Amino acid sequence: MDRLPPKERMKIKRHSMPEQDAKARARNFMEVNIGLPVLAAQQEAQRCLDCADPRCVGACPVGMKINDVVTLVLDGDFIGAAKKIREDNVLPAVTGRVCPQENQCEGACVLGKKMDAVAIGHIERFVADYERESGNVGLPDLASPTGKKVAIIGSGPAGLSCAGDMAINGHDVTVFEALHEIGGVLVYGIPEFRLPKDIVKNEVDNMRKMGIKFETNVVIGKTITIDELLTEEGFDSVFIATGAGLPRFLQIPGEHLGGVYSANEFLTRVNLMKAYDPDSHDQPIYDCRGKNVAVVGGGNTAMDSVRSALRLGAKNAYIIYRRGEAEMPARKEEVHHAKDEGVQFMNLVNPISFLGDEKGMLKVAHLQRMELGEPDASGRRRPIPQEGSDFELELDVAIIAVGTGANPLVQSTTPDLDTTDRGYIKADDDTLATSKPGVFAGGDIVSGSATVIRAMGAGRQAAKAMHEYLMQSVTV
Amino acid sequence: MYLIKEARFLAPDIKLFRIEAPRIAKKRQAGQFVIVRVHDNGERIPLTIADSSTDDGTVTIIVQNAGKTTRLLNMLEVGDSVLDIVGPLGEPSHIENFGTCVVIGGGVGTAIAYPTAVAMKQKGNHVIGIVGSRNKELFILEDEMRATTDEFFPMTDDGSYGEKGFVTDKLKQVCDDQKVDFVLAIGPIPMMRAVANVTRDLGIKTVVSLNPIMVDGTGMCGGCRVQIGDQTKFACVDGPEFDAHLVDFDTLISRNSLYKDKEQKDLDEFQADPLKVLQEVRHQCRMDQAAEALKAGSD
Repeated sequence: MDRLPPKERMKIKRHSMPEQDAKARARNFMEVNIGLPVLAAQQEAQRCLDCADPRCVGACPVGMKINDVVTLVLDGDFIGAAKKIREDNVLPAVTGRVCPQENQCEGACVLGKKMDAVAIGHIERFVADYERESGNVGLPDLASPTGKKVAIIGSGPAGLSCAGDMAINGHDVTVFEALHEIGGVLVYGIPEFRLPKDIVKNEVDNMRKMGIKFETNVVIGKTITIDELLTEEGFDSVFIATGAGLPRFLQIPGEHLGGVYSANEFLTRVNLMKAYDPDSHDQPIYDCRGKNVAVVGGGNTAMDSVRSALRLGAKNAYIIYRRGEAEMPARKEEVHHAKDEGVQFMNLVNPISFLGDEKGMLKVAHLQRMELGEPDASGRRRPIPQEGSDFELELDVAIIAVGTGANPLVQSTTPDLDTTDRGYIKADDDTLATSKPGVFAGGDIVSGSATVIRAMGAGRQAAKAMHEYLMQSVTV
Repeated sequence: MYLIKEARFLAPDIKLFRIEAPRIAKKRQAGQFVIVRVHDNGERIPLTIADSSTDDGTVTIIVQNAGKTTRLLNMLEVGDSVLDIVGPLGEPSHIENFGTCVVIGGGVGTAIAYPTAVAMKQKGNHVIGIVGSRNKELFILEDEMRATTDEFFPMTDDGSYGEKGFVTDKLKQVCDDQKVDFVLAIGPIPMMRAVANVTRDLGIKTVVSLNPIMVDGTGMCGGCRVQIGDQTKFACVDGPEFDAHLVDFDTLISRNSLYKDKEQKDLDEFQADPLKVLQEVRHQCRMDQAAEALKAGSD
């Protein structure tokens, strides 16, 4: 497809993502977004002004060459486009679905000043889906083997991204995962309706084709230590990408009651263990059918949890958030999706305690209303309790989604690894090198909770420094 | 895929497995556990490691029939595999020379208490073993416990073997007769609570091993949280052993019964035709083995 003159291009309206009907999807776990058809994807690519200095590329945490990808899509070379994406991004089908593009590539698009930005996320997803459905794969070219062995700890977005770059650079890469599936938060955290697990599996299979090895059921710090990896197991460099794995609770009375979950537990049961399909899977979850379910928190994890509860059959599914909607950290799209599906938002409300029955099951939440004061350290206005505003809400399930802390398993068994006061691993801002030679760290275990693409960016950043570290020792 | 190298019943419904898992075998210490998943649609269940061998790289687990997963597991034989086993998880038992230690095992809990009894003995303690079961048939690990303890007292509820009575009856008697410095009790929750009540009044330091519902076993989900005094702890990373006098046993019991409806339904469906489920698992297992062999060949 030839590029139209700029004037013509600007006449094309941004294509919106086709999605499953809100009422229907609120009761099933199938993917909400359906994806653009070929013609729409090419028309959307046509909207790109092909800037000489593409700001979208600079705004992408992994620096994806979006301008080149768009050109290849216009040419109809979709496999070539996939290959181009994979030079910078090993998980195109994933990021095309879960990236907050509005804050990144699309947020920087020049079109956005006067009209809607190019729907880069939709185009990326189209390319990845086309590739998968065609049965052909556009894998990047690999450098000749360097003979260096690299261990990646954790198979979430940071680990996979680093693994991809290291494989491209010709290193022998092994990824270790504590759970029985590869993907980290992509398989235990993000629900099927936002990111189907078959898509993650397919991306991991593509990485296997690049020669990357995966070992499940290995808990670094318990099954093997970092020191053993570097000595007995013969690895030359290690990247720690264990994520932010320790759930925070509210520290209020009644959190031990049956029916009170951390978002991590609730989502792991639903996603990784497939508890949404109880007839063919053994791992149980509280039967939410006809029940009142509330999720405490306002981030993407909270939205994933509340929308999962709705799909499990909840009669009422609430978000309880102590600030206002403007302060919510969740993506706007997720908040809109949740509202369309029937989630009820109780903003400026905070739980004080949970009350149960004689069997220890949650029955009632004791809540209070909040108002917003001066901005706090996070830059958002601080929520302050309103005196005498207490009220009660009948609840069967409460899911706590107020963030996570640093999981200490690796740090506690690696004495020469420096950590912060809060237990996160200290890493150099540029190279992500830790205090231990040859060991790098990135993603949530360094930065605290962030997004999939930020973690992938950290994986790339570390890979660059690890590659330099390894090649330096070759030439010396 | 993890190969079962030995499988034999110790008592009706209680089976010992030695499973090939060299990395775990090498690392494991007394008191630690593994999480096992038997088949692709199966749940993850925690099981304490009873023993290990670095010679052939195996870990030993002892499993009692309870729900669907344990019953299915106990139908597996030598040459079968379990799909996943991960560990060693949890903190090892705290071993020191306390002086006189009483190690109490109730039912299959004896399998969990046994390795700690061995470690306590090696550390120079005078170890007194008290093992209780409902009847003679269900009495396990007698030879092993006798070999590692200085004094050994078998107890059965019905008197069909050893003395008739509860482990707490014997514990009180032992504490009357001599100075006891430390008690480890592992078994059903009511037994552990009863032991805690006996030793609390006597001021004897007592440790129990808790078995709350778990998912990942690495501190990621918080499902295994237990109330220890005024603190919330995760049994998977902070435990599984805790000060018996601080454990909130009521909360543990109610949290462990959270899923009993689903568990009962799965068990009923399984028991309608257990062999069919076993065949499916074995079929899947063989397919996976073939796939692994293919993959290994292509590498």
